[in-house]
Amino acid sequence: MTKALMTRRSFLAATGALVATGPAGLVVPARAERVAPTPSMRGGANNYLPGAPIVERIGGGGFWMTGTVRRAGDGAPLSGQRIQIWAHTTEGNERDPWSHGATLTDANGEFRLEMPQIVPAFGQPHGHLAYDSGDFKTVFLRPVMASSADTSLSADFVLEPA
Amino acid sequence: MAVAVPVAAAAASPLLAWRDPVYIAAGFAGVVAMELLLFQPLLASGWLPGLSGQRGRRVHRWVGGLLVLAVVIHVMGLWVTSPPDVIDALLFASPTPFSAWGVIAMWAVFASALLALLRRRLRPRHWRRAHTALAAVIVVGSVVHAILIEGTMEIASKIVLCALVVAATVVVIARLRIWAARAR
Repeated sequence: MTKALMTRRSFLAATGALVATGPAGLVVPARAERVAPTPSMRGGANNYLPGAPIVERIGGGGFWMTGTVRRAGDGAPLSGQRIQIWAHTTEGNERDPWSHGATLTDANGEFRLEMPQIVPAFGQPHGHLAYDSGDFKTVFLRPVMASSADTSLSADFVLEPA
Repeated sequence: MAVAVPVAAAAASPLLAWRDPVYIAAGFAGVVAMELLLFQPLLASGWLPGLSGQRGRRVHRWVGGLLVLAVVIHVMGLWVTSPPDVIDALLFASPTPFSAWGVIAMWAVFASALLALLRRRLRPRHWRRAHTALAAVIVVGSVVHAILIEGTMEIASKIVLCALVVAATVVVIARLRIWAARAR
């Protein structure tokens, strides 16, 4: 014996679900996967010094800041994008110019910059990253380390055209 | 013990090596403020040996003044260290949840001090209730603020000090029956 494709109960449930989600915009027409732009985080721009130089590494190194940069919409990796990084580290506080540096993304849209160990400041071990080069809208991020013993931190950007 | 240990433990914090003197002073002003908070209910109740009754009250007023001073040094030191972070905190726009608790406690400290200056113009019962309510806000705000922060205070001594502050406040409020209807 075959089962009915749709019982009255499942029909009512499906209709109810559609009515409930439709107006909320949760039902979208089929289209290419959309990657939403990354919003700036609260406090992300604090102690930003525009124009940090591109460096091999910040200070003596020992800690890695990593991440990716992609384009909003299709999510394509963006190469050659300048990401500025600063933090309170074992070698200086956020306002010290030598705590700031920048790096460029590679062909895969990935970046990796060595810097001194980030230490807790203002209550949390955290770093700051900025995309502020003009081609895309400016984004400031402020990721927090899960543990202050971590020796790396990552942050991902999805940028939308300016 | 409750006073010396948290300060000594904070003085041994590895974080100090990577901070400027102003930032270090700001942190210790916060630790001292928390310790002063432990004395306030005990002084108000007159339970400290040698500081009963009016004498305890008089010292309570002086310690209240020191508390205001400690909070001002704490905030000013943080302001010098990182102005945008302090502006965010004061505007309740900070990404860190503990900032808001600290700012609420700060305003309650200032309000409490102002109220104390205007005390003679208030009815005793109103004064007691308003001052105690502000004290409760100060204690809760300060304790949550301190517990959520990863800073120079050593964890165990911080938790013990915070627990003592809460316990002293709760016991004194309950014993003095501040909310009782009768005038005291």
